Amino acid sequence: MTAAIHPFRQSTGADAAVRLRGVSRRFSGRTVLGEVSLDFAPGEFVALIGKSGSGKSTLLRALAGLDDGVEGEGTIEVPADRSVLFQDSRLLPWKTVLQNAVFGLRLPDADRRGRAALADVGLSGREDAWPNALSGGEQQRVALARSLVRQPRLLLADEPFGALDALTRIRMHELVFRLIGQHGPMVLLVTHDVDEAIKLADRVLVMEDGRIVLDRQVGLPHPRPRDGRVDALRADLLAALGVVDAV
Amino acid sequence: MTLFDHALDAQALIGSRAREAPARAAARPPRLAPGKLPPGAILFGPLALVAIWELASAVGWLSPRFLAAPSTAIVTGYELLVGGTLADHFLASAFRAYLGLGIGVALGLALALAAGLSRIGEASIDGLVQIKRAIPTLALIPLAILWLGIGEAMKIALIATSVLVPVYINTHAALRGIDIRHVELARSVGLSRADFLREVALPGALPGFFTGLRLAVTTCWTALVVLEQINTSEGIGYLMNRARDYGQTDIIVVGLAIYAILGLASDFAVRSWERRTLSYRKALAS
Repeated sequence: MTAAIHPFRQSTGADAAVRLRGVSRRFSGRTVLGEVSLDFAPGEFVALIGKSGSGKSTLLRALAGLDDGVEGEGTIEVPADRSVLFQDSRLLPWKTVLQNAVFGLRLPDADRRGRAALADVGLSGREDAWPNALSGGEQQRVALARSLVRQPRLLLADEPFGALDALTRIRMHELVFRLIGQHGPMVLLVTHDVDEAIKLADRVLVMEDGRIVLDRQVGLPHPRPRDGRVDALRADLLAALGVVDAV
Repeated sequence: MTLFDHALDAQALIGSRAREAPARAAARPPRLAPGKLPPGAILFGPLALVAIWELASAVGWLSPRFLAAPSTAIVTGYELLVGGTLADHFLASAFRAYLGLGIGVALGLALALAAGLSRIGEASIDGLVQIKRAIPTLALIPLAILWLGIGEAMKIALIATSVLVPVYINTHAALRGIDIRHVELARSVGLSRADFLREVALPGALPGFFTGLRLAVTTCWTALVVLEQINTSEGIGYLMNRARDYGQTDIIVVGLAIYAILGLASDFAVRSWERRTLSYRKALAS
């Protein structure tokens, strides 16, 4: 057994980096992540796509520092200021919307920041509501406010739109894109949705069997042009995922 | 056929309602679950029982030596109350029950926290409480009498030990069953251990504590009834025992009614406290 605590450096300041060198992880002998090396450019929005079980969530959890006890090697350097946006909103039912938004934030003006973050996600006036009284989309917006209120240098989003209905998802895309444009953190978005990745990210990684098999800059303006360039990129990504879209 | 035609047809149907009624009843799916009761309807059963009981006593089917009529019991209860003895007995019983309950709940909660939040606590406490759970409180009476005598201390100690168990079991289970996703969230926002306990673990265990508390209230009255049969000179149990010796079934009925009222009132108090504290759970209905 390898030591359960992996080399994990947290840097602070404006030039805090995301740097992975030879990161591998194994669950009961099965390699889930194999020798991943990766750097993020400042402010880069990176989407990580892959089939279920390809290791994309394992990579995100390794970056979040939530994987102690997992066997593996390699060094990871991430900003100390980072937050995680989970697939489920993970709001604490016994805290109000505002208390959830500022959960763990130890600043004298936490309340003011929380209110501003809730206003950003369109939830002004719901500060004192209980999470149970909100719809699924609203709950996920509170979770988004909670992850942005601490102004992270790195936002780790693990399929954050996966549980939302199609219309709410479109609205969340717009919201996330706008807010991330304002805050400017590096983003790792784990998703299984190729179109979501193309729509939001600067760079798309395709993962298969624990390795990054395709690393592609999108290089298209926002909003994405409705022409062959998006289709070509989509076809490339789907091919890397081993999917043929025949319909 | 237009919508308007449908409307005309509907009017025609109303005209021939009598003929159409069976067909319409068949078209509607049957109501499978019983409907909701109007408020207060739950009192129907108890009131009907009292009415039948009173009637049976009035026509002489129930002899007062076998069971006193409800009206006799009410008169007796009133006389005891005016005479001053009932209030003293009532207070003696309530004091025993609530002191035992308070001590037991505090102990159960403290043990549950120690066992639920630390490994050494779990290792030293949990096994002991599980063993205590397997021993009925009543089986401890002989030993408790030898240690503490036959006075108040023995009664309160036994009530406390029997109350401790449900509070411990439910609070401990809730602390152990904390949502792993909330633990991850707390780690991802960098919560300290103390903050985690205060903001996540304890509020998360509160519903379990309330379940334990409601069971504890019931347990406390049960234990009280048994213990008041042993060497008491004050309390509802003493009143009932003495009444048995003289064949006064009306006083026995008064005692039973007081136990019922105390039990129901305590449960109601705990439930309304729980509703207020856990108000976030009902938010869906709003």
